[in-house]
Parts: sequence; C-alpha cells; structure tokens
Amino acid sequence: MEEKVRQYLEANFKEAVIREDNFRGQQSFYVNRDYLFEVLESLRGDKNLEFNLLVDICALDWLGLPEEKEGRFEVVYNLYSLKNKYRLLIKVRLGGDDPIVDTVTPIWHSADWLEREVWDLMGIRFSGHPNLEKIVTPDDLEGHPLRKDFPLTYEMPQFSYNKNEPPEVIK
Amino acid sequence: MTAAASTRKTLNLNMGPQHPATHGVLRVELELDGETVVKATPHIGYLHTGIEKTCESKLYYKVIPMTDRMDYLAPMSNNLGYCLAVEKLLGVDVPEKVKWARVCLTEMTRIKSHLVWIGTHALDLGAMSMALYAFRERESIIDIYEAVSGQRMMSTYFRIGGLAYDLPPDFDKWVKRAIKQVESGLADYERLLNENKIFRMRTINVAKISADDAINWGFTGPCLRGSGVNYDVRKANPYSGYEKFDFDVPLGKNGDVYDRFMVRQQEMYQSIRIARQALDGMPDGPYRARIPGVVLPPKEDVLSKMESLIFHFKIITEGFKPPKGAVYQAIEAPKGELGYYISSDGTNKPHRVRVRPPSFVNLSALPKLVEGGMVADVIAAIGSIDIVLGEVDR
Repeated sequence: MEEKVRQYLEANFKEAVIREDNFRGQQSFYVNRDYLFEVLESLRGDKNLEFNLLVDICALDWLGLPEEKEGRFEVVYNLYSLKNKYRLLIKVRLGGDDPIVDTVTPIWHSADWLEREVWDLMGIRFSGHPNLEKIVTPDDLEGHPLRKDFPLTYEMPQFSYNKNEPPEVIK
Repeated sequence: MTAAASTRKTLNLNMGPQHPATHGVLRVELELDGETVVKATPHIGYLHTGIEKTCESKLYYKVIPMTDRMDYLAPMSNNLGYCLAVEKLLGVDVPEKVKWARVCLTEMTRIKSHLVWIGTHALDLGAMSMALYAFRERESIIDIYEAVSGQRMMSTYFRIGGLAYDLPPDFDKWVKRAIKQVESGLADYERLLNENKIFRMRTINVAKISADDAINWGFTGPCLRGSGVNYDVRKANPYSGYEKFDFDVPLGKNGDVYDRFMVRQQEMYQSIRIARQALDGMPDGPYRARIPGVVLPPKEDVLSKMESLIFHFKIITEGFKPPKGAVYQAIEAPKGELGYYISSDGTNKPHRVRVRPPSFVNLSALPKLVEGGMVADVIAAIGSIDIVLGEVDR
C-alpha cells in the first residue's frame, strides 16, 4: 500500500510532497501547505486509494527543538481508507509567525470540531473554516495552552487561613 | 427552512449543562419552532482539565493514571491504548499472557461501559427500572476490577510492557461469575426493551444517519456500524492479539437509534464470547516483559540482584527515553476508535500526547442527527451516540 500511495503522489503531486517518513511501520508524507487541500481532496476521491475517513487532526509545537528549523508547528492529518484498511498520516509544517492552513471542512464534516480544537489549543488558523471559535477552553482564557511557550502557573487555593490575602500565583 | 417558517418566531432553549439526560455537563443550545428543532449547537468544555498538556510534564509511566480519568466508564480501554502506543514507540513486545489478560479485561470493560449506556439510555426514554438492573450487573464487573487491581473504578492496572501485578489466583472465578450474571441480565433486557412498543416508537427511524454521512462526520465504533459500515479496529488492524480470537462484528442497517442500540446489545454477547476464549486459552508465563531499563524487574530480583535494583531505581526516578519519532495507535474502545498519537523528542517525557477521543468526534455530528426532528428525540440521539464528557473535553 505504501508503494501505491507513493506512486500516486509522485504522479499527481510531485511538487507538493516535501519528504516522506516511515517510523514503526507508519507511513507519513510531509506536504507543502499550499497543496494540502488538493492532496487531501484527491486522496479521498481516488477510486483505488479512497481515504474516506478523516480520523483525526492534531498539531505539535516544536519550539526550541532542532525540528523547529523546518517550521515551528506541525499539523497531522490522520486518514484512513475503509476499503484498504490502511492508515496514512499527512503532515504539514507551518512557520511560527503565520500558522495558517486551508480548512478541510468542505471535504469532511468531521474536520469542523477537530480544526476548532486545534485552533483553540494550538492557535493554528484554518482559512475558510465556517465557525473558527474556541471550543474547550473558557472564553476569558487568552492564548493557546498547548503551545510550548504558554506560561505554566499555579494558583494557591484559598482556605480559611489565607482567604483575606490576594490569590498567590506561582510561576 | 422554508420562507413561511422563517417568519415564525422561534424559541431558544438551553438543554444542559445540568440536564440529567445530557450524560454529564453538555449544553445544547436548541432553536425550536414549536416542538421541532431548527438548529442545535452543542457547547462543550465544562470538564476541560488540560490532560494533554499535563502529559507533557510527566514521565511516560506517570501518564497512565490520567488516561483512566478521560473515559471513566472504560478505564482499562484507555490504559490499553496508551500502553500499546508507548510499546509501539519503544518497539517492544509483551508476553502472551499479558495480551490475553488485556483482551479479557478490555472486553469486560466494554460490557461495563455498554451496561451504563443501556441503563441510562433506557432511563432517558422512560424505562426507569433498566438503570437499576444495568447497574446491578455492572457491579459484578467492578468486582473483577477490585480483584485484579484493588480499585473499583480507576483501576490503572495496565503498565507499559505488562500489568501492574499478576492476575489473582481466583481470576477465573470472578470473570465467570460476572459473565454468568451479565448473560442472565442481557436476556432480561432483551425481553424488556427489544419488543417494547414505547421503546421502539421512541427509537426506530429517529436520528437517522446514512452510511456515507456517518463516514463523512467521522463516526467510529457502534455508531458507524449502526449505519451498516463494517469497520472495527479489532478486525481491520488487530492489536494485542485480537487476530487469534473468533468473534463477529454486529452491523445495523438503517443507522437510527434502534440500530445503534441493537449493535451495542449484540456487541456485549460478542464480548462475552471473546472473554470466554481468553479465559480458556490464557497461557502461563510472566505478567511483565523483561526489558531492562523500561519495565520494572521482578521484585525478587530487585531484592537479590544489584543490576535489577539499579534498574528499578532508575526507572522510577528517571523513567526511560524512547527514540525520536511519533506513533499513532488506535484501539476499539467501547465508544469507537480511541487513538493515541505520541510524539517523542528523545527525552524521558513525551513531547506531545494527543488523544483521539471517539466521543468528541461522534458528538460533533449531533446537529446533523437532531435538526428537523422533535425536541424529545434530542435525548434519544444523545443517548444513542454514547458520549462521556470526560473524554470529550479532556
């Protein structure tokens, strides 16, 4: 199956695929973000491959690690072909200053909430998303908690002995 | 909406977050035209505790207790998914006995989760006594949990490379007792619900979704199979030795609430079948793999051999360092495909742990299921997709 996908991508999207990776038997392709929508749309539509289930979208932050030179953020699209019982990861690298990528909601409805969650927690914008709003964090929370530079703080709980003092925030 | 309908006044109604039929703290904002749902918007996040972020500051083995608390109705399935993912990341294998014990316990967990679902789902639809019966049967499975791990709910029994302790000598007895009780219970539920006129009227042709739509909305697990799509991770991409077990995958046809109900009900029988096979064929052997530096050595070695003592100390204090890379491991949890995407940067703490929660993706299709239907059917639809908000929000 790896070979089939590789041949398909080479024939149709030679300029889009940056590199490929195989770790513990899991094949993944790094795709240029400008071509992401076309690649995913045709992987879903192709009669032989038919990656019709979008299982997951998740994002990683490589801040401060050697991988950052390729782009700080990585968005992973987890596709599954029900027909071939085969899983494929499509990855996109995005720079830290403009983490924005095309939405895939026109292809899969399931991308709606998955993309909203990535936006909420990692702060990656999906251009063309119909309703890109916060989904899990409170409305008054600023920033995107899963980013590596999100400050981790701890607030002392208030008990009877310290209830009159202002809450202590430990950084 | 037609032009005539748009001029009519609609009513906005908040269902939840403290509504008993929303199975936790889910708020659904409903726009109603009379009794018809025009628009439904689920709001989640009330239980968000940042588990994915917390994982990044813990050693690999310290993440396991947190996985229990996501889908708290099926803790062992969550343990299994995480442990398998880390084992895949390390490239290690576990002894046969561990695989069989894990299969047996996760299948009992599936029954446990489905029993809560059948009880609450039927309760929502007016069959009050079902909740009491289902929880009675569930108790016998909680007893297994207590026997193996000492904990009734948050068992945290699986470990990376094996189990926390050896199975108790009377493990058979506990599982057989639970199977016997669940089987007699299931026969009662069938008589109570399957041909029950009220239950059928509330469920047949309610909240229908076609196979294509179900795939497009990312459904997995019983919800997808209720629409007739044959996708079960245990069959499609077997893990933990599932290829050695003989079982069927129940499928629905119409994709309505009743079909999803039937799929889950039949799944409980299949789980009993798998658990029986696992009990009968349980091989002898160690309950942990011997992988120095990753899995804790046996206690007698720790007390008598210096290397084992050092490894024990090093694993507890420093953990272990998997190679750089990222893996995705999916399992068939009671609610659907539960996946763990774990990325390692070569240190002793995970760089990123992403949980692919089945409930979250299934819940996102709720508007599709209920819009255009009656407001009372919203409750049937929420029950039929079987969500756990702890897993949705994480």
